[in-house]
Amino acid sequence: MPAPDTAKYEALSVESAAAVRQQSAWQRVKRNLSVRLGGTALAVLLLVALAAPFLGTVDPTLFDAASRDLLPGKSGEITTLEGETVKHTFLMGSDSFGRDIYSRVVYGTRVSLFVGVSTALLALAFGILLGLASGYLRWLDGPLMRVMDGVMAIPAILIAIALVAMWRGSLLTVVVAIAIPEIPRVTRLVRSLVLTIREEPYVEAAISLGTPTLKIMFGHILPNTIAPLLVQGTFICAAGILTEAILSFLGVGLPPDIPTWGNVMAEGRAQFNEYPHNIFFPGIFLAVTVLSVNILGDGLRDTLDPKMAKRV
Amino acid sequence: MYAFLARRLLSTIPVLLVVAVLVFMMLRLTPGDPAAILAGDAANTEQIARIRTNLGLDRPILVQFGIWFGNLLQGDLGESFYYKTKVAALIGQRLEPTLSLATMTILIAVLVAVPLGVLAAWRFGGWFDRTLMGFSVLGFSIPVFVLAYILIWIVSLKLGWLPVQGYKRIADGVGPWLTHLALPSVTLSIIYIALIARVTRASVLETLGEDYIRTARAKGLPESSVLVRHALTNAAVPIATIIGIGIALLIGGVVVTESVYAIPGLGRLTVDAVLARDFPTIQGVILLFSFAYVAVNLLVDLSYVFFDPRIRY
Repeated sequence: MPAPDTAKYEALSVESAAAVRQQSAWQRVKRNLSVRLGGTALAVLLLVALAAPFLGTVDPTLFDAASRDLLPGKSGEITTLEGETVKHTFLMGSDSFGRDIYSRVVYGTRVSLFVGVSTALLALAFGILLGLASGYLRWLDGPLMRVMDGVMAIPAILIAIALVAMWRGSLLTVVVAIAIPEIPRVTRLVRSLVLTIREEPYVEAAISLGTPTLKIMFGHILPNTIAPLLVQGTFICAAGILTEAILSFLGVGLPPDIPTWGNVMAEGRAQFNEYPHNIFFPGIFLAVTVLSVNILGDGLRDTLDPKMAKRV
Repeated sequence: MYAFLARRLLSTIPVLLVVAVLVFMMLRLTPGDPAAILAGDAANTEQIARIRTNLGLDRPILVQFGIWFGNLLQGDLGESFYYKTKVAALIGQRLEPTLSLATMTILIAVLVAVPLGVLAAWRFGGWFDRTLMGFSVLGFSIPVFVLAYILIWIVSLKLGWLPVQGYKRIADGVGPWLTHLALPSVTLSIIYIALIARVTRASVLETLGEDYIRTARAKGLPESSVLVRHALTNAAVPIATIIGIGIALLIGGVVVTESVYAIPGLGRLTVDAVLARDFPTIQGVILLFSFAYVAVNLLVDLSYVFFDPRIRY
């Protein structure tokens, strides 16, 4: 009879089991195919956004009447702000003002990623505050959740459109307008998490030790909501990027001189029959970006939040 | 049953009230004079003064809300400054295209997505399941207007099968009505199909693990009967729920789709009103869409009793 493999039993001790579980959450994330795929694609897009001036682009606001409506790959000329006329290859063609669509699309990456991340952060910040308050301060729960129900009954895009219409489009107003309809969803999530977590023994222990409420909320409860919030945040980011493009496309978003994918597509609408590339190039970038964020979110959800993964 | 109906009806009142307050507050939270905003950019001082007295804007905010809400209850949504007609009448004119588009979209989405979801759950983990889940992520991610232009380009411009844009009233013939509606409703249904197929799959997958499914199979029922009568019927409640929640997505999609396909419906009216900063119209459309959303979800809740007789409330 062979001697028992002691190493195998050591690995089953309580401490090491806990250590393995601790490690595996992050390692599961890193090994997940969706996370890798979405993460890599987003890293590339981030790089494109940061390196926009060095990718063979010109100033995206430059235009030249001599280079109007060029097909993709055609060469033409463009006048710089200094009045110099330079030769330029229009990789994705030019629009009816003679602006380089490639440059506008590459610079548009900056706007889209910025809007996506900032709406997610803003919605999470307010959602966390309201959710903690609602889950912890019982007297506030009823009234606050009724207001949230009301906000959720108004379709998100209508809230965003109406707010931007009143405030006039700028980067700040667009981000705020897109974030507001997302807040109730975060609030509900945080509230339900808080209601579960506050029944945990360690929270009870903290309460009985006389720990101040604020410290319990931010020190004991909030850290345990991070995984589901991260998942929710990626989906808000994807929705934010889409909504910004929709607003700009409809002509109610960012001012038309700011190069965004939605704006490029809006300008391409009138000439879609002859020059469909005006819409297709930014459209492909938009779809790929939103797809990457969604895939990343799916991967995070599968690995970090198995309960949620089972539901949908 | 009637008690439940009454209770569920009453529960929508606070939600609708909050919506009304929010829509009312939207204008008041805007920096500047609400009367000047309501009158629009082209109004003169006299028009602004008239609006101010009509809406009681010089009175306390609660009184203002009372006047506005009282009018609302009588179906008076105010007057559009841009179209110079009553907002309620304006909405009435634009109702048909949007209702047609929404109904057609839901019909296509449910008829396509539910069978796909059931099949995916039936062959869980197989190639069909993986492909469908892949396409559903894609369906969530592809912006509705990009999809619209791809379809217009292929189906209308290259193949010439369907009209590019526009809308024909159903009174002008069912044929033209259908051909004009086909492309927009297919476009709009894609994201909805992605959503419903996912939930159908997850929900059917769960019921397929139940004991009664094993019993049904053991007693030799054909697989189609097991899937539809036993699995799908018991999975119906989450599917109905997601169809209701998805109405919000649908409304957002309507705004964009009508704009791309030049359909003169409520979505188009919303965009035009926003571009003209026509606030009474914006408020009216938001109220109507929210009301529709709440009403559909009320119907969905009522359908639970039908799908699952155990639910009695």
